[in-house]
Amino acid sequence: MVRLSISRHWREKGAYYRLEGIECLDCGKRSYPPAPVCPHCGSRNVRRVKLPRTGRLLSYTITYSIPEGFREYAPVMLGLIELDDGTRLVSQLTDTKPEELRENMRVEAVLRRVQVDGEYGLIHYALKFRPHRPGGRKE
Amino acid sequence: MESKVYVIGVGLTRIARLYDKGLTDLFAEASLKALEDAGWPEVDAVVVGSMLPSIHNEQSSLASLLAQSLPYTRGKMAVGVEDADNSGLAAVIKGYSLIASGLAKTVLVAGVEKMTEYPSAMAIRALSQACNAQHELFHGATLISLQALLMRLYMNTYGIDRDTMSAWPVLMHSNASENPYAQLRFKVTKEQVASSMMVSDPIRLLDSSPIGDGAAAIVLAASDAAGSRNNAVEIAAVAQASDTVGIAYREDPLRLLAAEKAARTAYEKAGIKARDLDVVELHDTTTILGLLGLEALGLSPRGKAAVMVDEGEFSSKSKPSVNLSGGLKARGHPAGATGVYQAAEIALQLRGDYPGRRAPDPEMGLALGLGGLGSTASIIVMRR
Amino acid sequence: MHPEDKTGIVGWGAYVPRYRLKAEEIVRIWGFEKTVPKGLFIIEKAVGGSDEDAVTIGWEAARNALMRAEIDPKEIGAVFFGTESKPYAVKPSATIIAEALGITPVTMASDMEFACRAGSEGLRASIGLVASGMVKYAMTIGADTAQANPGDVLEFTASSGGAAFIVGPREEAAAYFEGSYTYVTDTPDFWRRAHSHYPLHGEGFTGEPAYFNHIINSVKGLFNKLKLTPDDFDYAVFHQPNGKYPLRVGKRLGFPKEKIMPGLVTPWIGNTYNGSALIGLAKVLDQAKPGQRILVAPFGSGAGSDAYSIVVTERVEEKQRLAPMVQEYIDDKVYIDYGLYAKYRGIIRRITG
Repeated sequence: MVRLSISRHWREKGAYYRLEGIECLDCGKRSYPPAPVCPHCGSRNVRRVKLPRTGRLLSYTITYSIPEGFREYAPVMLGLIELDDGTRLVSQLTDTKPEELRENMRVEAVLRRVQVDGEYGLIHYALKFRPHRPGGRKE
Repeated sequence: MESKVYVIGVGLTRIARLYDKGLTDLFAEASLKALEDAGWPEVDAVVVGSMLPSIHNEQSSLASLLAQSLPYTRGKMAVGVEDADNSGLAAVIKGYSLIASGLAKTVLVAGVEKMTEYPSAMAIRALSQACNAQHELFHGATLISLQALLMRLYMNTYGIDRDTMSAWPVLMHSNASENPYAQLRFKVTKEQVASSMMVSDPIRLLDSSPIGDGAAAIVLAASDAAGSRNNAVEIAAVAQASDTVGIAYREDPLRLLAAEKAARTAYEKAGIKARDLDVVELHDTTTILGLLGLEALGLSPRGKAAVMVDEGEFSSKSKPSVNLSGGLKARGHPAGATGVYQAAEIALQLRGDYPGRRAPDPEMGLALGLGGLGSTASIIVMRR
Repeated sequence: MHPEDKTGIVGWGAYVPRYRLKAEEIVRIWGFEKTVPKGLFIIEKAVGGSDEDAVTIGWEAARNALMRAEIDPKEIGAVFFGTESKPYAVKPSATIIAEALGITPVTMASDMEFACRAGSEGLRASIGLVASGMVKYAMTIGADTAQANPGDVLEFTASSGGAAFIVGPREEAAAYFEGSYTYVTDTPDFWRRAHSHYPLHGEGFTGEPAYFNHIINSVKGLFNKLKLTPDDFDYAVFHQPNGKYPLRVGKRLGFPKEKIMPGLVTPWIGNTYNGSALIGLAKVLDQAKPGQRILVAPFGSGAGSDAYSIVVTERVEEKQRLAPMVQEYIDDKVYIDYGLYAKYRGIIRRITG
């Protein structure tokens, strides 16, 4: 049986897969997730942009009170993240441990499974954030 | 010219895991008490605040369904209000608006919620619908874990330690210990708070409101319908405001913009300042939201609320006394019912017959309800 | 002249998950004799986390390849995804990766299946498409979260990881293809039926008639075609189901150990199935010098082998630092026990609604 909506997640794939947000052509601020109006100044003069994949942790939490469907990722670690261009977002943190988390820690976006609809439904993918792994140059 | 609106009756149920009572049972218990308290007036409308009946009870058309359990309501207006976990106060303001606009003379406003129909993993997910489903909940965030992000940010930004933060739950539990309707009627120490189970670091179990069922009801009436009832309490002002549902959109996540704006509007309308308040009930889903609420109402400078609580402010001997019920933290938080509890508690305080801890001879009271992390805020100001 | 030599690798990338399970942990849990890992030359293996699968692993390898290619993703005209642990039995995985990398919608995209050489088949197809001029760039990805029946000797090696290559014009390439050769027969050495969670295999039968026969024939075929001998190559990379087989097949073909070791990864990350030889190739490219020649020979059960001769160009060095290197992924590790491994790889039966 399918519990999670197909279309509701499918239509967000620009944001989920590629970190698409909006940039306001009036106040210049960027926002995530994308919206028809700039949340900062109310302008409709916005364009879709691909946001930088790296940033830092402004705040984080380790959750032991797990909502239905997330037990395999417990404890669920969440971050309030500021991307390198100043855009903020809330995302799940992955490939890390509670004792590794620090404020201002560098993080990078990676595609991961976010929710799996039981044994037969869809696998919903999106970008999560993990501590920056060593190697290569920063994008 | 708006008609003046009065609270002429209140009724509450105890908040608990009430497995043997359904939505109708709880609603009827609170509503019949409120109607009795009001002297059995004829009501023109029934307004019901509830957040999750379509999830936990597979029930829409809730107001009509519940009105069936009251005498003489068939054919009357019955309407539901959903505004996340602010549904209760939003329903009170809906009832107020019906009377102020002249559409009704007497309105029964009830808030009711069943939070215990499913295992807690599902209740957590349901309650978290107060946040952004598509971009917060999708990632496994919850109403509580998002507040944990704010709590850590608050503690780091203002340099507040765990011990100071713990003063809030200690005060809430102390207040709730004398409230016969509270879900958690026991006192706690700072040490107990700091060593309680971690729910969402740094939020611990004793920072967090419990899951419980409950219902509250109040009867509102226009001045002519309120008649000469000597315990009628006047509603001096109501106000509502909104903010972004995602916390990432907010320029300063430690500001509850909706609550600030609603407070400014309400104070102006009632012709008062924050310092005129004697008794306040505010929306502390967890410790951090309680503190941010104090700051948004102008009862504390920004970043100072935790220290003020720790220094003994906001107790039953203070002006204002805050959350003498025990707040969401210890009175309990039956989601969409909570705001009606708050309104009823303020009315009882001003009447002088609150069954728990009382503020010293209060004249001016306020209730603040929040949806989610302050994406909606409702304020009601009452005068004796 | 061969059509292959108009094409080359313009970007390569690998990805290895962070978690490692030591072979001695499998010895402990399943009661193996303690010298078994040494016999297989396996020390530890990489394990994908709870939220990783072949798609997410393939995405990260492909993203690294794109970083090295420094091209507009929209210029990629084909995406081939080789895996034997596809998250969906029906529904392409290649489209998820192509969409997430901004390659869609004007592109070919398909999942390939040929046990461990599906990704290599994608490489041959990519060469053909680019050489013919049908597309400017083509991407092939080999990635797996390899399955093994718990307690089977295969469990020592079956691991998670992947690699990706973007094939494009030789002028832009860090290394170009001199030639390629494929040798396939129907040899059922290893298989997984449609509804089975784990593969079965013919044990010793996977060796001589399958692995050795096919790799030796593809490599010898390539040598004949290109008139080359082992002495002409600086590196030799073979499919690596364990640490021992690639050394043994290399020796039989006339390659000294020193030419094989730089591309040998299985002893430290396990057999990543479709990633196996391709991660080895990525690791060699991470360190190769202009003018060097690389032999790569992936193998897939069932059975078949491809052999490629690849010549490194002067562009290689500028690209090496543009993305994380294989060795960096190998070194960045966190050890887990069998319990976490079982949870991460979904081996624990639970109700998921």
